[in-house]
Amino acid sequence: MNLPSTIDETVELLARGAYVADRSLATVIFLALKMGRPLLLEGEAGVGKTEIAKVLAEALGRRLIRLQCYEGLDTAAAVYEWNYQAQMIEIRLAEAEGVEDRTELGKDVFSERFLIRRPILQALEPTVEGPPVLLIDELDRTDEPFEAYLLEVLSDFQVTVPEIGTIKAAEPPIVIVTSNRTREIHDALKRRCLFHWVDYPDAERELAILKLKAPKTPEKLSRDIVAFVQALRSLDLYKSPGIAETIDWAEALTALDAVALDKELVNDTLGALLKYQDDIARVAGSEAARLLEEIRVAARAAD
Amino acid sequence: MGRLAENIVHFARVLRRAGLPVGPRQVLDAVEAVEAAGIGARADFYWTLHATLVKRRDQHHIFDQAFHVFWRDPKLLDRMMALMLPELKTPPGAPREEQSRRLAEALFGDAKPREAAEPELEIDRSETFSAEELLQTKDFEQMSVAELAEAKAAIARLRLTHDEARIRRTRPAARGPMIDMRATLRASLRAGGVIPLKRRTFRRRRPPLVVLCDISGSMSAYSRVFLHFLHALTNDRDRVHVFLFGTRLTNVTRELRHRDVDEALARVAARVEDWDGGTRIGETLRRFNIDWARRVLGQGATVLLVTDGLDRDAGEGLGPEIARLHRRARRLIWLNPLLRYERFEPKSLGIRALLPHVDEFRPVHNIASLTALIEALSQAPARMPERKAA
Repeated sequence: MNLPSTIDETVELLARGAYVADRSLATVIFLALKMGRPLLLEGEAGVGKTEIAKVLAEALGRRLIRLQCYEGLDTAAAVYEWNYQAQMIEIRLAEAEGVEDRTELGKDVFSERFLIRRPILQALEPTVEGPPVLLIDELDRTDEPFEAYLLEVLSDFQVTVPEIGTIKAAEPPIVIVTSNRTREIHDALKRRCLFHWVDYPDAERELAILKLKAPKTPEKLSRDIVAFVQALRSLDLYKSPGIAETIDWAEALTALDAVALDKELVNDTLGALLKYQDDIARVAGSEAARLLEEIRVAARAAD
Repeated sequence: MGRLAENIVHFARVLRRAGLPVGPRQVLDAVEAVEAAGIGARADFYWTLHATLVKRRDQHHIFDQAFHVFWRDPKLLDRMMALMLPELKTPPGAPREEQSRRLAEALFGDAKPREAAEPELEIDRSETFSAEELLQTKDFEQMSVAELAEAKAAIARLRLTHDEARIRRTRPAARGPMIDMRATLRASLRAGGVIPLKRRTFRRRRPPLVVLCDISGSMSAYSRVFLHFLHALTNDRDRVHVFLFGTRLTNVTRELRHRDVDEALARVAARVEDWDGGTRIGETLRRFNIDWARRVLGQGATVLLVTDGLDRDAGEGLGPEIARLHRRARRLIWLNPLLRYERFEPKSLGIRALLPHVDEFRPVHNIASLTALIEALSQAPARMPERKAA
């Protein structure tokens, strides 16, 4: 599958992967693909940042390599590691055979045969279907040293293994970096990336997403759900519901055979939407009733 | 392309003057991106430049306004498009929005020096309960050479309790709990025969420190000392975030990072608007919990809360917010400078709401100098309730 050559083609490509992207996101994805630059996506949890990488890999027919970041992530888990057990056995065997030359033995055990490739190294390797999509997920969870290491990888697409030398990608992978912004990503890294803030979708787009992702939900209920979630996001909640939560909620309500929202239904299922007790306590009851009434009035005005 | 590139360079210059750090590399990127995308619809042109020139969410606002002002002249855009492509859709008229002051200054060159303010703050300013709050700026006496020397010496003596945490990175250590396979293998290659085990242990690091400092009227006597302390602290260690609050919450981390203490304090003074007014602890903590907690309390931060606990809202809404802050923070230290008596009785509602939720309570009887303040923080804590299991 070739890379899209216009923004319109990018929109189509994402649509084929069942991803409803707005024009701004499609533009930045198109540029990242065209210019061969890493794409840094920031946004609240549950707005579909990770999904973009998955959809891109799927739609382009490329392999998806995912590196989930966590505190203390190091090169042994992210880039490469030596297979120590195999190396030990190799040394023992050599000693049993009476090999005397230790320098030669050293060269032998530190060869590619004993190298375990972790996601970043895997992403630099040539593949038949074209360069893979490398997803570096939740970069904000790692620490600054790892970020600094990524700088080399993301600017030159090469990795240095002291015992072997520098491994450089023939064709750079498509790199998607996501961050939930639990801390600020360093400027040096940002400069190497194209940046996009993934926002909550507007009502129209959210409805389109819901139709794709929860197709069993009745039409009227979908519209109620989207209106309610959009209204929730305008409240000052600790954690506004993301698209993932909207889909969960739609599925929960559909499973309950609901056809329209009412107060009891909302109160019973609010846990699918809000993940903090304080938020639930604030919305459940009168606030939910108020929002429902607002939606009803707005819907009547629209008809 | 020449004309377009020129215009993009000019646009980048406008952004830079409006406070967006747009470097030459980004300008080159922008030109390359526009070449790649071609000039079609105005929205596409907008997002193409946006993708390359904006690197943080809070820069979006400035970019948006600058774009609409700079590329407002449709003839300009038309002429440029004519250079690019033979036929084009006409761009829709740009919405005329109110320009921010920074942008106006950048475009039209105001003689006044521009503020180093962030757009987030401007949103803060629009919240108005000025009828109740006392808005005023503050002048700080310059720091003397002796005071500077004292500050440096004092901050070096600062020892917070539990100020180092084990992190998940390791270093070589003779008696560490983990085996360093790589080093072991290397050693065994050299030696042969018996494998000499090499070990590693966890590194330790000072966790991020978040300071929430009360600057209301009842605290005004101490604000100079506190700001000197906060400046020294910010420049002494990494990952420090400083927020000041009275009736509103202001993030002054960036201002305090300025090396020169007088310059830093002047910037803080200009930035904060609610000096020496009332205190709304509950409300400001709520703003912190919603807007900042997720961003600055990651990675096991210690929170240092500096307040006398005297709350204009009489502790209203304070309980749940301090409880939430306590759950988020690895450690919550409360430094209370009001206490003038040895026997402290929590009578004020604010104080009573705060007390059950702090890990460490540090009453200070007299803060005359930075040294006294740092001693108060470095002593063995007066009372250290066991941290409840979460």
